Amino acid sequence: MAHEHTADHTHDDHDHGPAHGWRRWVYATNHKDIGTMYLIFACVMFFVGGLMAMVIRAELFKPGLQLVDPQFFNSMTTMHALIMIFGAVMPAWTGLANWMIPMQVGAPDMALPRLNNFSFWILPFAFTLLLGTLFVPSGAPAGGWTLYPPLSLQGGDSFPMAIFAIHLMGASSILGSINVVVTIMNMRAPGVGLLNMPLFCWSWLITAYLLIATMPVLAGAVTMLLTDHFFGTSFFSASGGGDPVMFQHIFWFFGHPEVYILILPAFGIMSEIIPTFSRKPLFGYDAMVYATAAIAFLSFIVWAHHMFTVGMPLAGQLFFTLSTMMISIPTGVKVFNWTATMWKGSLTFETPMLFALSFLFLFSIGGFSGLMLAVVPADFQYHDTYFVVAHFHYVLVPGAIFAIMAGVYYWLPKWTGRMYDEKLGKLHFWLSTIFVNVLFFPQHFLGLAGMPRRIPDYSTQFADWNMVSSIGAFGFGLSQLLFPYIIWKCVKAGEKSGARSWEGAHGLEWELSSPPPYHSWTEPPSREVIAKGVEH
Amino acid sequence: MSFHMKNRHARRALQAAVVPLFALLASVAHADWGGLNMPEGVTILSKKIYSLHMLILWICVAIAVVVFGVMIYSIVKFRKSQGAQADKTLVHSTKVEIVWTVIPIAILVFMAVPIAKTLIEIEDMGNVDLNIKVTGYQWKWEYEYLGQNVSFFSTLKRDSDAARQLGSGIDPKSVEHYLLDVDNHLVVPAGQKIRFLLTAQDVIHAWWVPAFGMKKDAIPGYVNEIWVQVDADKLGTYRGQCAELCGRDHGFMPIVVDVVSPADFDKWLREKQAEKKLADVAPNATAVTASAAPAAIQQ
Repeated sequence: MAHEHTADHTHDDHDHGPAHGWRRWVYATNHKDIGTMYLIFACVMFFVGGLMAMVIRAELFKPGLQLVDPQFFNSMTTMHALIMIFGAVMPAWTGLANWMIPMQVGAPDMALPRLNNFSFWILPFAFTLLLGTLFVPSGAPAGGWTLYPPLSLQGGDSFPMAIFAIHLMGASSILGSINVVVTIMNMRAPGVGLLNMPLFCWSWLITAYLLIATMPVLAGAVTMLLTDHFFGTSFFSASGGGDPVMFQHIFWFFGHPEVYILILPAFGIMSEIIPTFSRKPLFGYDAMVYATAAIAFLSFIVWAHHMFTVGMPLAGQLFFTLSTMMISIPTGVKVFNWTATMWKGSLTFETPMLFALSFLFLFSIGGFSGLMLAVVPADFQYHDTYFVVAHFHYVLVPGAIFAIMAGVYYWLPKWTGRMYDEKLGKLHFWLSTIFVNVLFFPQHFLGLAGMPRRIPDYSTQFADWNMVSSIGAFGFGLSQLLFPYIIWKCVKAGEKSGARSWEGAHGLEWELSSPPPYHSWTEPPSREVIAKGVEH
Repeated sequence: MSFHMKNRHARRALQAAVVPLFALLASVAHADWGGLNMPEGVTILSKKIYSLHMLILWICVAIAVVVFGVMIYSIVKFRKSQGAQADKTLVHSTKVEIVWTVIPIAILVFMAVPIAKTLIEIEDMGNVDLNIKVTGYQWKWEYEYLGQNVSFFSTLKRDSDAARQLGSGIDPKSVEHYLLDVDNHLVVPAGQKIRFLLTAQDVIHAWWVPAFGMKKDAIPGYVNEIWVQVDADKLGTYRGQCAELCGRDHGFMPIVVDVVSPADFDKWLREKQAEKKLADVAPNATAVTASAAPAAIQQ
């Protein structure tokens, strides 16, 4: 109640309010406006990529080809992956970083506001280019998001378009990451130390370094594809003295850190939400930071586990199986720490906490299947089957996506000054959690029984579980429509929320009014405020 | 009062949701669900791979029971609504943290030994009885019995191919071995060590028969190898598919292997060699013998 007064501040109280009309968004340099644009963009792409997933699951509903040509089916799997990874999850993380990092470190804005504008506005162009491939005569890219040559080189007009789109997305990510690193390194208010800033900042700092390190590698790999296709080079063509397997090594040297780029910020969000709703400080803060750093380091030396079947020397297989299994140690530490945070806590189960708990269980299931996949001889069976599809969807949907949703529900009252409808939020949670399991759990069975991935049609022995999985997919897809509705309803007509929207909330962002002033911390927070918000 | 009302509503809603779901499950329960687990397979290596799979699966299940158990206990026990008070001093414990770091390390070291042993065996290409070169094409396989002067292509069977066309109107369930049948089966002897040399002509494919325990990529410009030794008593037909996305018809290049006794295999090989000789002498006869051959093998 004491915070009610600050909450009633309007933007007019500040010197630099937002510009009006389209200028506010096109010329945006404010971290909140840009964060909002990132989040809306990610949400749109989530539904575009989701629609493609619906096409995939509709075709796989029963054996036989009923709806689409196999080539179009392959385009759908390829585009679904590219859009969900680069269009939905990564921009959503950048959006959350934009909104939260300045508020959490006690800064007025991101360090490089114009760069921030640029890195966002690249994205609509990149995805117009990528989605435009659906309308060229050759059809959209259909060689898988991994773009393995020689198959990807068979692509028509869509091939250079997709590659330029990837270049643009990479540039956007690098610029966004530089901004995050500079902000965290230089804009922390006095008293906000590296080892007492929120874990969301930590996990994003490490993610940003991963992005800066690996995006140029991807850019190099796809550029070599481009010159192989158009300028007669043969980096990856065996007949010209090149090596198709080399592409896979380079791609996964990017690709594995990319996996952690998608999930590390989720770890950060969990470390914010679980303590709040346990009303207890995070267990083992230092260990969490070191574990995140260890995961990031290991992510650079495990890439070949994505390609155990290409034929590697025995020593190589042993090295990559052991390094991969080692990842389960720091990841285990994180899961144990979150569990220990709940231990002897005082738990309540609002929507953000429910999504966080779902993450905890279901991400762990994805972790277990990941440990299984690390066992090379068994991987010779699992590789390129639906078991792998189940694995990475468990870590990405109830992993990354649920964490994003948890984060949005958690900070929505802070951003808007209004509370979302808790009943609808819980409905969204239950539908999502039930259907995501109906959708993906049977895919473990399909993979073990021998169904390869990326096929548009299958033999009749796989019919039943595919039908169950498709029903789960339609249910999951439909329930997601609740999410934008709940947000819209909250923004329009939600109940007013105080500065500290959650009883157990802890961190500098909760020391600002809800909604926060346009330039978050125009003056650095005082020692007392920092003591309340940051120190533990 | 209102709490009870709510509960009753919730229960009714839950019933409304769950009952049709079970009805659906029951309606398909009579159907063949296929396996839920990896098949044990029929080769020396497939059984070792299967037991590694089961070992790591049970380790995961054990860890899950403990970890999920603690999580569920916390969720049930430490509810604010049940009057739980947070113990804010519980933020760090070096002892506990060492324990939960060391236990996973011990499990990994324990796992590393059987993994290394099995891998060494998988990579042992010595004392081979028969070499078969497998070449992937968009979208068929070519098999060549090295040094035996026998080679042939193997493509999706016509009835499957007709049924799988978009809007064919043919029910896949009416086609025997839908999408898992080919015109020319690969034939191999049981009880002998066979080495497969895998390569591809155009793009990357992967040769996989689940019952043989493993798959490997067939890559243009590379020759990969795997070995397979089917148990002497496991005669029969085994089916698999291309496992690496290879373009439009990636889902339609199956693999079918007939495992026969060594005596039957020799007989089959001699017939094939005779056909081949005949074909070399009189090229016009090729079409006749090629179409007659598969029918003879199947019976």
